[in-house]
Amino acid sequence: MLVTGTNGKTTTTAMLARALTEQGTVASNSSGANMPEGLVAALAADPDAGFGVLEVDEAHLPAVLAATGPAMVVLLNLSRDQMDRTGEVRRTERALREALSRYPSVTVVANCDDPLVTSAAAATRHPVWVSAGAVWQADAAACPRCGDLVHDRFGQWWCRCGLARPRPDWTLERHGIRTPEGRHLPLAVGVPGPANLGNAAMATAAAVTLGAPLVPSLHRIGSISDVAGRYRVVDYRDRRARLLLAKNPAGWREILTVLSDHISPVVIAINAREADGRDPSWLWDVPFGRLAGRQVIASGERAVDLAVRLAYADVAHVVVPDPVAAITHVPRGAVDVVSNYTAFQDLTRTLRHA
Amino acid sequence: MHESTVDIGLVSPDLLGTYGDGGNAEILAARLRWRDISARVVPITLDQPMPVSLPLYVVGGGEAAAQELAVRHLARLRAATTRGAYIFAVCAGLQLLGQRFTVADGPERAGLGVLDLYTVAAARRAIGEITADPWQSGLDQPLSGFENHQGRTVLGAHARPLGRVTSGVGNGDGTEGVVQDRIIGTYLHGPALARNPRLADLLLARILGRSLPPLDLLCVTALRHARLADRSRSRYGSGRLRHIVSAQRPSPDH
Repeated sequence: MLVTGTNGKTTTTAMLARALTEQGTVASNSSGANMPEGLVAALAADPDAGFGVLEVDEAHLPAVLAATGPAMVVLLNLSRDQMDRTGEVRRTERALREALSRYPSVTVVANCDDPLVTSAAAATRHPVWVSAGAVWQADAAACPRCGDLVHDRFGQWWCRCGLARPRPDWTLERHGIRTPEGRHLPLAVGVPGPANLGNAAMATAAAVTLGAPLVPSLHRIGSISDVAGRYRVVDYRDRRARLLLAKNPAGWREILTVLSDHISPVVIAINAREADGRDPSWLWDVPFGRLAGRQVIASGERAVDLAVRLAYADVAHVVVPDPVAAITHVPRGAVDVVSNYTAFQDLTRTLRHA
Repeated sequence: MHESTVDIGLVSPDLLGTYGDGGNAEILAARLRWRDISARVVPITLDQPMPVSLPLYVVGGGEAAAQELAVRHLARLRAATTRGAYIFAVCAGLQLLGQRFTVADGPERAGLGVLDLYTVAAARRAIGEITADPWQSGLDQPLSGFENHQGRTVLGAHARPLGRVTSGVGNGDGTEGVVQDRIIGTYLHGPALARNPRLADLLLARILGRSLPPLDLLCVTALRHARLADRSRSRYGSGRLRHIVSAQRPSPDH
């Protein structure tokens, strides 16, 4: 099983792997190492596993698809991310579509609320459609097939060329999930935010399609509370730091919802290394104004880029480039720490050794 | 004297906002408000007709597939320019305003024709930091930005470059961007006006018809210094940057 998309890969992979544990042993790259080396390492670490559940970087999916011949591909969402490395999101969609069209019998579990995902998954014969919600629509205004305007009315989207939202088999509803048979079951997850409910819906649909029993799968998926260190609360010098990852505008949209539950100070650590994307212009697609009134610390190697962004959003802040120093800069007590990819890795490593 | 609110049109943010260029409109509005001039950003999405009466329109970069749709939506901008509107266009926005353009692996398309230039697909995509020396009077500092495009733009006799590239690619012939009548175009993202506040103030002074008092932000100075002087990335920037940053920072609690 391969899990790909812009956001939610690591969480959904963890959920699917957990749901399948009753059916057999599972090999998985649970740390989020989603390039080919990481996949090989995960499979080599557990060669006798009954299942392999692999999170795959979306740009590498065509090659991994060809190399592994999977039973299933889980396709979560596609939006702008690391545009200096992966290029335009439409090109990613086209590459996925071409790759999947060469394996038309692979089962694709796809989020039909995302027009880009739908376009790619429709290249296969029997996709399983999940209405898992769409946090970020800004990259789907133009049709991935014909470039014309995608119309959207209450989530029912369509284009003149014929590409339209398929009827979902599974639907994430307000307080639960509706199965293909029309059963409605409550869905509770241990990780915060609406996007994680969508991830849980995707993982549930994938697990049940693979033969896992529904209710125990929901229970196992709901038991996950810490994904590769994300959402974990770390005690450091009298600060209870909740560690969150957000690395693109869609991810930030979600994290701002999670942050709105609290009034604690916020440390934001931004790097722009190769794995983050060299261009932090995407910070301007994030409505940081919602943080006004909170104590905000701009941190990371690109703290100054962030500081300019916050200044124009009228968010008072201070700059403390070292993320660990930034945590101790706030008063003792709870603090939310939001980092992008390499800043998150560095911070969790440092705090582990602290 | 009471001045009315300055409306800044943000053109097709749902198509042409891929690289954070919507920030340019936010920056222009903030730089007016901070000088006690009322301003607001007016997003003009695809489902709305383009108003033609705004004083300034900001057009951002977008993906190749979206450009035909964008040209249709932009058509009424031509009427806005004849009414005296200013336009600030970035990347795909610049290309769309030209006579014609070809994107990678696509056919040639007609542009809006308000800029005397055309764009062809370059052999390689230009991705990375770019700096340029401005040729525009009123701009006295190097321009800094991040470019990510595959266009080679050729200016005609009625268009002048915005500057000369000192590192990076820009238009592809050593020049960067375009100035023609009331339109300024550039390949710089970042967004451009975040890194180049003089360019923002030049636009604002023109639409207001008067010069504006200086407005220097410490963080913008630090950012410009980091990007212009420290092109080889070091961990937390240069010594000068650290100095500026620490000046902004209140004393820690222990």
